[in-house]
Amino acid sequence: MVSLLDIIGPVMVGPSSSHTAGACRLGLLARCLVGGTPERARVELHGSFARTGEGHGTDKAIVGGLMGFRPDDERIRDALGIAEREGLDYRFEKTTLGEENEVHPNTVRITVERGDRGTMMVGSSLGAGRVLVTEIDGYPVEVTANYHTIVLVAEDIPGSVARIATILAEDGINIATLRLTRKARGGDAFMVIEVDEAPDEKVSADIDALPWVRWVYRLDKVSA
Amino acid sequence: MYHSLADAIRDAEASGKSLAHVALEAESRDQGRPIEEIREALGRALSVMRGAVTRGLVGDLHSASGLVGGDAAKLREGPAGPLAGTPFRDVLARALAVQEVNAAMGVIVAAPTAGGAGVLPAVLTGLADARRIGDDAVIDALATAGLIGAVVAQRASLSGAEGGCQAETGAAAGMAAGAATEMLGGSPSQAGHAVALAQQGTLGLVCDPLGGLVELPCVYRNATGAAIAMAAIEMALAGVTFAIPVDEVIDTMGEIGRGMDVRYRETAGGGLAATPTGRRLARERLYQIKRSGG
Repeated sequence: MVSLLDIIGPVMVGPSSSHTAGACRLGLLARCLVGGTPERARVELHGSFARTGEGHGTDKAIVGGLMGFRPDDERIRDALGIAEREGLDYRFEKTTLGEENEVHPNTVRITVERGDRGTMMVGSSLGAGRVLVTEIDGYPVEVTANYHTIVLVAEDIPGSVARIATILAEDGINIATLRLTRKARGGDAFMVIEVDEAPDEKVSADIDALPWVRWVYRLDKVSA
Repeated sequence: MYHSLADAIRDAEASGKSLAHVALEAESRDQGRPIEEIREALGRALSVMRGAVTRGLVGDLHSASGLVGGDAAKLREGPAGPLAGTPFRDVLARALAVQEVNAAMGVIVAAPTAGGAGVLPAVLTGLADARRIGDDAVIDALATAGLIGAVVAQRASLSGAEGGCQAETGAAAGMAAGAATEMLGGSPSQAGHAVALAQQGTLGLVCDPLGGLVELPCVYRNATGAAIAMAAIEMALAGVTFAIPVDEVIDTMGEIGRGMDVRYRETAGGGLAATPTGRRLARERLYQIKRSGG
């Protein structure tokens, strides 16, 4: 559904809603995966991100996002210098993540490490600041971050959805959408749950404590 | 949100309301948010727009490549042309100003996109300041602009990569034309004709930025886009109507965008980007950006 405020917005640091604002949001999402500013980040730029990213400040926007800057934060302009002072060790590379017609032209793979947590995310900037995360730790996903989102991989056992829905309900969190996929019967089940309220640490800790859950991530809403 | 401007105009005229009002009601219904909250968000957007206009008119900003910057100040202070002393000249200066801020990684409102972000604030704040129109009316105008942009998004596109520059500065010109026509006292139907008149003037406009950067010609296209909006406003308020209904004009924009060669859709493969000078400047300036570390 198109909203007036999507058209008159977002408020953002220029110059490009796809190459700057969207790139910043992808950085913010990678930050969520390790729960804070990473100590190390490897950023692999694909397609148009690789070709024109420097002129659009895509590098600054992604590093700014990794440090928690929102797309309208003017510190994005100086993000690379700030990262060096704050001890975020980042590295940019140009790469090809697939065939031209299969991978969105504005795609990035971000590998982040923070303490004992390390993860890898692939995401695309679709235009007008909208983003889509397409892969987390090798699992194909579809996360738009238009909502607060919980992503988890669990053993495919009966009642798993009910158990997780109960945990969310107990914390007063309303589910907007839920998608469950699995590679094979009895294989790992993959859940992407979009929720209306921001889940706190306790919610992900409760889900993570379930013995059949392999891992769980919380991604904050990053849309305008 | 409305999928057809004709529907919105019919609803507005049947109930004696403005397009801004029916747009706010539709948004409130769709998003489950009170109208006051939506107007507050639009008010924040307006204050960012005004900030970008003011910042850009100072004239000391340059993009990372150095290709653009300083031209807004020339229009503010430079030698007089035929538009000297008119709100029209001020609107052109403001459009350049916002887009120079955008190219220099300053804060703007993407309305509808970052590449077309200069047109709407230039036309709305330029005309409001010239006529001493208060912010409440400008916020209403932003709602009308949002309605027009939403219809274009649904029937055509708001992305240069999909529809060329007609979908960015062209759509912005349509949004500004319809919104300002209503802000200056035009009826919903006159606002609809203003959108059609602006949009017909930008049909087929290609997206051909040097090196793929939102700089050249984007900065100047915002000024010429604002000029097309001003022409449309003037005609619509004088009672000029456009025979092709506005929704059909917008559909045409979508059809042209779908048929547009990929070279003309933000890839820097054609148009001004592919001229000998365009290629040379892009090569030199991208090298400069890399060497200076941005």
